[in-house]
Amino acid sequence: MATTPKITVIGGGLAGLAAVIKIAEMGGQVDLFSIVPVKRSHSVCAQGGINAAKNLKGEGDSTWKHFDDTIYGGDFLANQPPVKAMCEAAPGIIDLLDRMGVPFNRTPEGLLDFRRFGGTLYNRTAFAGATTGQQLLYALDEQVRRYESEGKVKKYEHWEFLSAVLDGNKICRGICAMDLRSMEVRTFPSDAIIIATGGNGAIFGKSTNSVVCTGSAQSALYQQGCFYANGEFIQVHPTCIPGEDKLRLMSESARGEGGRVWVPKTPGDKRDPKSIPQSERWYFLEEWYPKYGNLVPRDVATRAIFKVVFEHNLGIDGKPMVYLDLTHIDRKILDRKLEGILEIYEKFVGDDPRDTPMKIFPGMHYTMGGLWVDFNQATNISGIYAAGECEYQYHGANRLGANSLVSCIYGGFIAGPAAVQYARNQKAAAGNGYFDTERKQQEENNAMLMKSEGKENPFRLWRELGELMTRDCTVIRYNKNLKETDAKLCELLERFRRINLSDRSQWANTSVVFTRQLYNMLQLSRVIAQGAAMRDESRGAHYKPDFPERDDKNWLKTTKAYFAPDADEPKFEFEPVDISLIPPRARKY
Amino acid sequence: MANSVVIKIKRQATPADKPRWEEFDLSHKPGMNVISCLMDIAANPVTRDGKPTTPITYDSNCLEEVCGSCAMLINGRARMACSALVDKLDQPIRLEPFSKFPVVRDLAVDRQVLFENLKAVKAWVPIDGTYDLGPGPRMTAEQQEAAYPLSRCISCCCCMEVCPQFNDETGFVGAATIAQVRLFNTHPTGAALERERLAALMGDGGIQECGYAQNCVEACPKDIPLTRSISEVGGAVMKQAIGDLFRK
Repeated sequence: MATTPKITVIGGGLAGLAAVIKIAEMGGQVDLFSIVPVKRSHSVCAQGGINAAKNLKGEGDSTWKHFDDTIYGGDFLANQPPVKAMCEAAPGIIDLLDRMGVPFNRTPEGLLDFRRFGGTLYNRTAFAGATTGQQLLYALDEQVRRYESEGKVKKYEHWEFLSAVLDGNKICRGICAMDLRSMEVRTFPSDAIIIATGGNGAIFGKSTNSVVCTGSAQSALYQQGCFYANGEFIQVHPTCIPGEDKLRLMSESARGEGGRVWVPKTPGDKRDPKSIPQSERWYFLEEWYPKYGNLVPRDVATRAIFKVVFEHNLGIDGKPMVYLDLTHIDRKILDRKLEGILEIYEKFVGDDPRDTPMKIFPGMHYTMGGLWVDFNQATNISGIYAAGECEYQYHGANRLGANSLVSCIYGGFIAGPAAVQYARNQKAAAGNGYFDTERKQQEENNAMLMKSEGKENPFRLWRELGELMTRDCTVIRYNKNLKETDAKLCELLERFRRINLSDRSQWANTSVVFTRQLYNMLQLSRVIAQGAAMRDESRGAHYKPDFPERDDKNWLKTTKAYFAPDADEPKFEFEPVDISLIPPRARKY
Repeated sequence: MANSVVIKIKRQATPADKPRWEEFDLSHKPGMNVISCLMDIAANPVTRDGKPTTPITYDSNCLEEVCGSCAMLINGRARMACSALVDKLDQPIRLEPFSKFPVVRDLAVDRQVLFENLKAVKAWVPIDGTYDLGPGPRMTAEQQEAAYPLSRCISCCCCMEVCPQFNDETGFVGAATIAQVRLFNTHPTGAALERERLAALMGDGGIQECGYAQNCVEACPKDIPLTRSISEVGGAVMKQAIGDLFRK
């Protein structure tokens, strides 16, 4: 193969940029594709911090304990060796980020400060104010800009990945992508590709995810033959700010710094929350989970809030909301440690959370499932790697807070070198006719959408999809509803054939782009709904009242969905989980 | 009024086309922002007088004012659309693209110039490599507290849009880039490139083009100390320029 490996990276969040840096450092050449300028990627939204067992607080923390917390928090569904390797790498990753200039908060001695997060008893989370994801992404973005100025990285921003280009032997030889301004469809050859396209929040309509997090790239690859693993595991974050356009996250760090969740003990209590005496407030998390209190893992907190609101009918003012209260904490401490997230609440709701308790409710937040990868981040298609939220490797059935940033960077750091290694050993393809074939196929797809004469508005169809998936495929799942959901998804796919783009122009046409994403969302939704229907147990984020226990005998296994083109629907197989290091035990907080 | 939201949007189909205005009448919902209005229009793209039209093209991503995408002129003011709450805006709400950047389509503009500027001033810490070299330089909490606000710049370009000096004639680099120079020059490792960064801010389009209008610091959605950064970096540029003069 060529002396300089050429790798295409799709997605410019933490995982993508981490991969780019490693490839450039190894002497590879990178084409970096992103829908938005990479500095605007969804990683900026991560607020609270990044986990690493540096043990700088004299607590006896260790990478093994981080590993154990992660496996336990994920309800034993994650393959253990890669998680162990990630936890061992985490302290070195923090050091590297520190050297890159991330303004981590400091102790009086000038060392990195650490805070506590959900699902652990240790102060293990390094943080930069309340915008840790933004700070980390910028640090990587700056290093990539440096490589860009040296000519080792070429950015294709405002481009969208459409499909992989596969040769006759089903080996990936490059990608097909679309310029979001000129609408030109083009193919780009490379030795290997790395998918780092984040989560799929848009499937649920409103979520904490950014607009670009549609899961479209993962779905396209699944439809091309990649396995999609553990799709049914969707994390709902317990504390979100309900909004008209999206659900905004209120970081777990609000509870890490002492925030308390409560509701008035009297249903429909209309008093100002500050005037409600302590004795008339119910701090239900502290009562139900005395050991972890407000810092129980996300799935546990979410179900507790659902129970209080829907079973005890104690939502604030009868609405689906509970209080998250910081008003007992000194303003100066809040400003120093949580300013960024408090600003969000103030800006988007209009109240000052230093003075008045915040109103919050759970919302879709994180995609634990994703493209199936091996321990080298390779998918089942030769030449396609994946890293970050778009793959399934590190979080099992539930992700712990502040583990996403570390898994993104670590995954990118594995995927980059693995792709380079693969490229160096890869033989050139015979012929290149499949590039033209793929481009023509994608151009045809666009043309079909453009001339479709139906009545269905894609944005309205999407709203229906979001409501359906949020209702039946998130916190509480019943088989009957899941089966109906899949039937409705088929109906939506049928209606999709009668789509009508209100915009048929050939320049910066967001309708055609969104409609393509919508189709991929619909296909991936079926993987989620059917996977959830099949898994008759409760594990991590996946909860079925009819099967309330974890069932290791039948379900300690990875769900692997693959697309059956003839049937136009997912098929499933299952794979045992590697539990070689920590024997499964009951998960009780 | 309580039940409807009237929005006027300046639209432009391509960079070469002439702009035109379209007016929309949406039903009001509590907690609406400008983004949710644009989403409602996409779901029902019909103007106030009942004519079918196309969804609006605009940049957006995080909707939490941290990605910097959705900057536009809202009632004449440069700001982020996601944090512009409808109930706090006078109606009809006027939406226009930034005036000092090339329009791509409708409200989307090309802000690549800022990223090019960041390249020109080498806005990064020149680390040796990503292999394990132990922790970074020790820093006091005060140093962190000084660096952090500068590091929160979201590259929205509001500061450049409102700057009277930011135009084709001066080629002024703008406040955001200068604040990043300050950020990296004060970092213990980043300071290695200090001279190169200051040199990049000398001459035409450099820091001396600043007219101290102070619009930038008013417009910045992240309250970045822009004017202070300009004066500090300006002093350093001056010092280096004089030093260079004597060394010749």
